[in-house]
Amino acid sequence: MRKKLWIWQVLLLVAMFTFWHVATHPELIRPFVWDNPDRAAFFFGEPVKIFKVIGEWFMGGEIYPHLWVTLQETALAFVIGSVLGLVIGLWLGLTPFASALMDPYIKAMNAMPRVVLAPIFMVWFGLGIWSKVALGVTLVFFIVFFNVYQGVKEVSPVVLSNATMLGATRRQLLRFVYLPSATSWVFSSLHTSVGMAFVGAVVGEYLGSAKGVGYLIHMAEGSFDINTVFAGILVLTIFALVLDFAVSFAEKRLLVWRPTQGETEQAL
Amino acid sequence: MTASVSLEKVTCTFAAKGGEGHYTAVKEVDLSVADGEFVSVVGPTGCGKSTLLNVAAGLLRPSSGSVKIHGEPLSGINRRAGYMFQSEALMPWRSALANVTAGLQFRGEDPAAAQAKGESWLERVGLAGFGDRYPHQLSGGMRKRVSLAQMLILDPQILLMDEPFSALDVQTRQLMENELLELWSADRKSVIFITHDLEEAISLSDRVVVLSAGPATRPIGEYVIDLPRPRDVSEIRLSPRFIELHDRIWHAMKDEVLKGYAQTRNRVAG
Repeated sequence: MRKKLWIWQVLLLVAMFTFWHVATHPELIRPFVWDNPDRAAFFFGEPVKIFKVIGEWFMGGEIYPHLWVTLQETALAFVIGSVLGLVIGLWLGLTPFASALMDPYIKAMNAMPRVVLAPIFMVWFGLGIWSKVALGVTLVFFIVFFNVYQGVKEVSPVVLSNATMLGATRRQLLRFVYLPSATSWVFSSLHTSVGMAFVGAVVGEYLGSAKGVGYLIHMAEGSFDINTVFAGILVLTIFALVLDFAVSFAEKRLLVWRPTQGETEQAL
Repeated sequence: MTASVSLEKVTCTFAAKGGEGHYTAVKEVDLSVADGEFVSVVGPTGCGKSTLLNVAAGLLRPSSGSVKIHGEPLSGINRRAGYMFQSEALMPWRSALANVTAGLQFRGEDPAAAQAKGESWLERVGLAGFGDRYPHQLSGGMRKRVSLAQMLILDPQILLMDEPFSALDVQTRQLMENELLELWSADRKSVIFITHDLEEAISLSDRVVVLSAGPATRPIGEYVIDLPRPRDVSEIRLSPRFIELHDRIWHAMKDEVLKGYAQTRNRVAG
């Protein structure tokens, strides 16, 4: 069943690209929206040309430094945002006064569309990778922060009492109970936060940079090269998928202790 | 001889949920446990048995009254006591072995030595080879064994047990009770065992304390259990002396149980 599904999925992909090709190629069918047969290709690009661009990027090696920059920005934004979110989430989760004090500010910052900060970051950190990392951090931080904050509040009181009775000091409770519990919440938001780090990196590049896949798209757009724009989008999509697979893999390794259905053993 | 644990005139009053008024869970309770004595506390559901245990553990400070451990007033957490909880208390992100050795880790013991000790304790509770399993991969009975090892590895002088086996099925429960008795008889520690099951209380203990229905719970009777040891919990239940004791205590308890039941019903209805 699974194998069959996989075949259908591939067929659907091929069908979509075929439709795209047939609908946009100037001479294949009679134009049905615009009078000019080249119009469709102008707006939607042509798959064959798009793949040619992608092929040239990878064969010529032109794409690798750009991908590398985007990957770096994503990774840095994810790591810095997660650590900040974890630390501040733990801190506010454990000190009711601080959390009550900060509550309206956190809400306000989360409600603000973070993309408007991009120009400010550009001024502060320049056109290099750090302005994109900063944008990604503001996106990742809140996801991790809210998860950790909630996670700290929901640590089982029985587990806490038990650790206390086993002799844990307040610091040991933080390290051996609150931290692992909060970390598991970070991992449960892993897909979203990695995705957000990626969004921050690409949007940042698009708004002003000299490297990265977002920059490639921006440059192509400037010269109305629609095929290169689509090529960039396709590369980004595949890149995001690979990233997602990597996250799933890491998740599986790191959350072995999580109960999953059908795995529980009943012995004795 | 000074008692191992002694509660004197302990009263616990809580602010009532969602507004004004107070709720007195336990009132002027005197309870003392001698060194090496196994005492069970039975009472109707919701009568504040766990409150008493939390006071003895130092997790809860009584509104009035005093707690003495080996003659010394208790302040903060009771470091001489091990506590076994009714609900799941294992850390789900730690393997069985890491859970068992948690207390040693908190004390700062050498990891290699702690691991060896943990493995030998897992073996003693019948879980050799299960050290790398996570709690969710173990059955309810196995998790209780891990909890038991987790508590006993620290060699506490006092064991506080809050209906530890109530979630288990009857067979597993009797197995665990026998194992507990065997482990306990090796080096007699003082035990306060909370339960609502009178048969369990009689078959395990040296003394059974019966509590009244809440609120303002207090002890209404104490019965010395003079059944011979070592005991087998499933066999001893058939002996004439057991039945006699059970009859006597149940007679005293019955009114309180009915009272407690009526109160719970009213609470649900109201």
